[in-house]
Amino acid sequence: MRDRLTFAAQLVFTILVAAFLIVPAALSMLAGVTVNYFRGIQSGLTLQWVTQVWELYSDTIFRSFLIALATLVVTLIVGIPAAYALHLRNDRLSRAIEEVITLPLAIPGLALALALLLTYGGFSDFRRSWLFILAGHAVFTLPFMVRSVMAVFGAIDVKTLDEGAASLGAWPWRRFRDVIVPNAAPGILAGSLMVVTLSLGEFNLTWMLHTPLTKTLPVGLADSYASMRLEVASAYTLVFFVMIVPLLVAMQVFARYRGGPTALPR
Amino acid sequence: MSPESSGNSNGHGVAVRLENCAKTFADGTQALGPVSLDVARGETVVLLGPSGCGKTTLLRIIAGLETPDAGGRVLFNRTDVSSVPIERRNVGMVFQSYALFPNMDVAENIGYGLKIRGVSRAERSARVAELVAVTGIEGLEHRRIDQLSGGQRQRVALARAVAVRPSVLLLDEPLTALDAALRDRLRGELDRLLRTLGITTVYVTHDQSEAMVLGDRIVVMRKGAIAQVGTPRDIYFAPTSRFVAEFIGAANIVEAAYSGGSLLLPGGTLAPAGGCDATLNGRVLVMIRPESIRLVPVDGAELRGHVETLSFVGDRQRAVISGVAAKPIMVDVPNSVALKIGDRIGLTVDPSAVRLLPGEPS
Repeated sequence: MRDRLTFAAQLVFTILVAAFLIVPAALSMLAGVTVNYFRGIQSGLTLQWVTQVWELYSDTIFRSFLIALATLVVTLIVGIPAAYALHLRNDRLSRAIEEVITLPLAIPGLALALALLLTYGGFSDFRRSWLFILAGHAVFTLPFMVRSVMAVFGAIDVKTLDEGAASLGAWPWRRFRDVIVPNAAPGILAGSLMVVTLSLGEFNLTWMLHTPLTKTLPVGLADSYASMRLEVASAYTLVFFVMIVPLLVAMQVFARYRGGPTALPR
Repeated sequence: MSPESSGNSNGHGVAVRLENCAKTFADGTQALGPVSLDVARGETVVLLGPSGCGKTTLLRIIAGLETPDAGGRVLFNRTDVSSVPIERRNVGMVFQSYALFPNMDVAENIGYGLKIRGVSRAERSARVAELVAVTGIEGLEHRRIDQLSGGQRQRVALARAVAVRPSVLLLDEPLTALDAALRDRLRGELDRLLRTLGITTVYVTHDQSEAMVLGDRIVVMRKGAIAQVGTPRDIYFAPTSRFVAEFIGAANIVEAAYSGGSLLLPGGTLAPAGGCDATLNGRVLVMIRPESIRLVPVDGAELRGHVETLSFVGDRQRAVISGVAAKPIMVDVPNSVALKIGDRIGLTVDPSAVRLLPGEPS
């Protein structure tokens, strides 16, 4: 009897907490398909706000995906070799470099953006293009890629695998391609999902770095909150959710899979 | 079938020479003092020693995974390869953890070195099939590495190392990760395989019985230096130091007074064969293996003592006898002899089995 009471209490508590977090999101999305939010749901459901968002802001959506994918490419090209080198060296210098790479996590995005503006703001072509935002996103997401790849390198004995491939005659590039990258795949995948998700949702940095012609989805969202009617802004939230949720689900599915076959028996 | 039956002229490998190879790591620890060693073409040399003696570092210097400190040189067939990276030394290496690639199946692992060398697919699969047969892992070709047992992994690692017809085969404690029974069986198989291949081999182990079975010569190492080099028989019967005597097999090492060509012990006297340095007088260290001491009637025996403990081992019994030397000595007694604790016994030792050791702080 007492066990069941405890269980019921825990269940109610969990549902309340979950509801506290989920209800606002659900309400916001519901507002996006409501004809008139102030008259409530009885005013009817409509997709007109979603259409309007698409007409006004579709460029920000495409730009956000472009930047997210470009950020992914940059972090893959820079992050995996960096993780490999840092793991193999594992001396004081490499640990210092690892700290420096991780630093953008601790620095507020605004400060990071300010630093980028101070340094590169003078190069006006660069400043005006989406590549400027890409630079910021790459700096901000790189530690996530490096960290998750290094975590896998720590779990499999990557140094010995590397030496094994070397003993068979493989040059560093072949080793990297044939042995290191395939065996780091779980970490690379996890890192990639994180980088894409972070880049899609990044606001702080991007808000400082954007120009009216290089708005991303979250910046457009802020813009619509500030200047559009509530239904449009809510419809925008809905669009954002529809795009980001599959990515989050993929991350969760992947995190479960990851505990399994990646660990190498020694 | 010999995997070298195709008549590769490189089949028996190279002669390896190490000249003054020392290794000091970046943090200042010296893993290896200056070491020089010759390994003849086709010979199997075992580096034997306790952990931390520098044997793995020496192997890694031969492999090209470590570079020796300035002044050290590694030569393959008189060619200096000191600055040649491992991927160009054409070595075959078996790692303690095997280092098999989890992203490839067994056949792909074995064939990887050949693939790197640009060997055609058909030739590669023929060679892989040959090695799969030699190492007795038929039927496992398409298994993933994590689906293999320890013994199977060991065989795949060996097949992979040998597949490229290396100039020298390097094995770093390849049997250590296995359980005792499997280790014994694989040791025999490995011995047969190494003899069949006839390739220059350097084998690292801390297990003296592995070293005895596999080595044409054994290099006993201690604290980053070579303590003794010799055939298994040399090392066993004629150790040149107390460390080697104690590390290999069971040994009684006792202090004795030496005078007039005889060794005086509390339990009697012994005459070592061939005498020893005439200038030597006073206290000396003597080594006698337990199996070279025989039981004789007490009356007229060279040495006398009494049984302190007895342990029945199966094929023999080991008695600990006190009263002979300053500390109790071990004696192997045939399992048919009835002894009991406290018995007074006589002992005799073949003079050739008594070794004088140079004194050395223990």
